[in-house]
Amino acid sequence: MALTPEQAVEQSRAAAAAAQRAADMAQAIADQVAVGVTTVTHGAVDPTVFRLAIFVLAIFVGYYVVWQVTPALHTPLMSVTNAISSVIVVGALLAVGVNVAPALGDGPIWARVLGFIGVILASINIFGGFLVTQRMLAMYRKKG
Amino acid sequence: MSANLASILYLVSGVLFILALRGLSHPTTSRQGNLFGMVGMGIAILTTLMVSPPSGFGGWLLVILGLAIGGGIGAVVAKRVPMTAMPQLVAAFHSLVGLAAVLVAAGALYAPQAFGIGTVGTIHGGSLFEMSLGAAIGAITFTGSVIAFLKLDGRMSGKPILLPQRHLINIGLGLLLLVLVIAFIRTESHAVFWLIVLTSFVLGVTLIIPIGGADMPVVVSMLNSYSGWAAAGIGFTLGNLALIITGALVGSSGAILSYIMCKGMNRSFISVILGGFGGETAAAAAGAVETRPVKQGSADDAAFIMKNAAKVIIVPGYGMAVAQAQHALREMADELKAEGVEVKYAIHPVAGRMPGHMNVLLAEANVPYDEVFELEDINGEFAQADVAFVIGANDVTNPAAKTDPSSPIFGMPILDVERAKTVLFIKRGMGSGYAGVENELFFRDNTMMLFGDAKKVVDEILKSL
Repeated sequence: MALTPEQAVEQSRAAAAAAQRAADMAQAIADQVAVGVTTVTHGAVDPTVFRLAIFVLAIFVGYYVVWQVTPALHTPLMSVTNAISSVIVVGALLAVGVNVAPALGDGPIWARVLGFIGVILASINIFGGFLVTQRMLAMYRKKG
Repeated sequence: MSANLASILYLVSGVLFILALRGLSHPTTSRQGNLFGMVGMGIAILTTLMVSPPSGFGGWLLVILGLAIGGGIGAVVAKRVPMTAMPQLVAAFHSLVGLAAVLVAAGALYAPQAFGIGTVGTIHGGSLFEMSLGAAIGAITFTGSVIAFLKLDGRMSGKPILLPQRHLINIGLGLLLLVLVIAFIRTESHAVFWLIVLTSFVLGVTLIIPIGGADMPVVVSMLNSYSGWAAAGIGFTLGNLALIITGALVGSSGAILSYIMCKGMNRSFISVILGGFGGETAAAAAGAVETRPVKQGSADDAAFIMKNAAKVIIVPGYGMAVAQAQHALREMADELKAEGVEVKYAIHPVAGRMPGHMNVLLAEANVPYDEVFELEDINGEFAQADVAFVIGANDVTNPAAKTDPSSPIFGMPILDVERAKTVLFIKRGMGSGYAGVENELFFRDNTMMLFGDAKKVVDEILKSL
């Protein structure tokens, strides 16, 4: 079913209003949670809680952003999400860079080996993912 | 560099990743979005190297070597891979993210001091939990994606492989995993960690082998989602904002794509995951031998009909991808346009083997994206079309989805090609589609069948034009 421009504008306005309400509500809940957490812990909030908050909010951001992606670009969407999830390379970099002084035993050496393989795998994905996305996106052309 | 500044820079790269996805809302903004993504990745890597520089010359050497080897392989693969192989490539890339998550979790276990989560033997329980979660999901993603890759690449049969008692096996493995994770959190035992990884490897295989070829779009999206959750799990271990945000983005992106694909097939996510689709029904359909006559046409007939049409709608499917017919198809469309025929393309959400598969192939063949339409935007136009040109698609045009409640594809949204004055079907033979259902359109009076390889047939039509 095709929408007239007026209907489309009306629908997006309704969506925006709903998003605004949701954001207000999230803010109110976040405030309350913050107040509650502060009272319970006397201000010392475990950083994991903040990370969890960021995680949950990022899921919502992802949800709204991905629904906006045009179906024609779903394949590039997959390849680019692939590339960005390889930001896991930061963990591999930490493992490779570990101090391997003999006094520390075998652990760090293993970590370095595992990390090295991790860096290779993740960078295949980073370079491969972004470049293949670029190659695909360069093909999408308009008429004429 | 202070830890606070580093966190802010990780946040910046997380925001750049969001913008990368945001750019994909339209082809014109997408290229810029991809650039944002690359910059975000660069910031994340440089920040990590500055805030905790690798120890010693050896450390730097391995970092640079690792990035160079991986980057080199990635760049070559990205340049060489044919567009038709994109589903396999994406599956292969997912497997790498999964394995990288396992390796990073193991690295954190062996050298927790490098990650700031304590020392060996005294890692915080919460970190152990996040680590085991990241490793388990990563390991499932790894083997699951390897199986998906093998199926998509044709190195393994696309048919579902049904183990006896497979649901029990999966539930058992799941419970075992739970017990192992609890044991790991309490003991920080390295052996238990590797048991978790091993169990998850097995689970990844048993989860994906019963799922048939036609359900691959859902599987690929689902594994995309898993790779995101694995990254997020590791992000919690490292306390890294870029990883947490990215994990959440990728996780929800994959979940949404799975939902869209399921809806395109009118199947519940659960029924896809449980697998087995296409196996039993295909066997049942093979029992009833079809004897009704079909009208068979030649390339000349097809060329004549289309040349004299006012409007032609092309419906591509997986068969076009297999035959690599997209370039010939575009040339044919150009010829028709030169004759004054209006040409449009109609894409079903689950056409091909991954979301957006057909769009990429048409884009590769220089078909302008404003001639390519999604199902809901073009379905009303078939009634005004003179010709529906179905190339390598079958189930997505089957009217049984609307009329026959006993059909396995009943309720699936379909492209209404039967409303066009003439329907031209390019098919290899009379075989049924992946769902194993007979398409009664083949026997209608206004249908003409063109048997043969999609590319060959299109080339012949091109010659007659």
